[in-house]
Amino acid sequence: MSTATPISPEAARPSGEPEAHRRLRALLERGLPLTPRPWQALADQAGLAEEEVMACVRRWQAEGLIKRLGLVVRHRRLGLQANAMVVWDVPDERVALVGRRLAREAAVTLCYRRPRRLPDWPYNLFCMIHGARRERVLATLESTIARLGLDDIPHRVLFSTHAYRQCGGRYVREPDA
Amino acid sequence: MSLAELDALDRRLINRLQEGLPLSPRPFAAVAGELGVAEDALLERLARLRASGVLSRFGPMYHAERLGGGLTLAALAVPEADFERVSEAVNAFPEVAHNYRREHTLNMWFVLATETPSRIAEVIEAIEAATGLPVYNMPKEEEFHVRLHLPV
Repeated sequence: MSTATPISPEAARPSGEPEAHRRLRALLERGLPLTPRPWQALADQAGLAEEEVMACVRRWQAEGLIKRLGLVVRHRRLGLQANAMVVWDVPDERVALVGRRLAREAAVTLCYRRPRRLPDWPYNLFCMIHGARRERVLATLESTIARLGLDDIPHRVLFSTHAYRQCGGRYVREPDA
Repeated sequence: MSLAELDALDRRLINRLQEGLPLSPRPFAAVAGELGVAEDALLERLARLRASGVLSRFGPMYHAERLGGGLTLAALAVPEADFERVSEAVNAFPEVAHNYRREHTLNMWFVLATETPSRIAEVIEAIEAATGLPVYNMPKEEEFHVRLHLPV
């Protein structure tokens, strides 16, 4: 769950979808070609017209299928070494409000409500904070807690010490795989 | 290449492109115009950033559930002595998109992305069989929307 947790699969979209559109999603997933006319390059590979490629992408963005199309950075390579998953045990009746407030913070890159796994795991709200160093991340967290009045909500900070795998995830099965 | 090695234009480019790309026939030319550089110079920089590993990808972040797929965050409490074996076993599953070691009793955290929602349970069962450890499955129940942007 990196930041930009670029996550998601293809699979069973409504039947009847043209095969070329599925191919286009698989091609997009590998990354946009860095050429002057990337949509045209994708169109050539998918067997579509450039205009149709742009229309598909526009529609998928409008439908929310594509959350964002842009550049995905590697935090660690960029020196954002401190990657903190901050987890909170928020009373159920407050969790939506607290989640919305945390999500508005510039430092927060992801914010989700998840189920508790009692007795081992009492936390139901997860957010990610990235920074160059741990002290900075912790200082940001402390000021956020003070500003949003979250002192009474138990939390834990789980820094990551090693990324064993950080990839975009493959969601569209290759046609011949 | 690290953050310190990025020049001012690299940073502006990275910050601008995290916001997305115009849906016009020459999108890089449009961005180059915004930044006041030539299109080919911008493409060259992007290629260099990608080759250096700073950019992992230039593409879409799909919404897993709307595509019909399954997505979850899961954790394991791995005995220290066993960590390497377990991480190899977990990473052998193609459905594992990210895997981070974190400081907690639950010390291995990974994202599973599958083609169908029902496949999540099967993969979790297979991971439990392969590792001999119980998987704590914590799928998202609600997403609070953030700006997906990391200023550099």
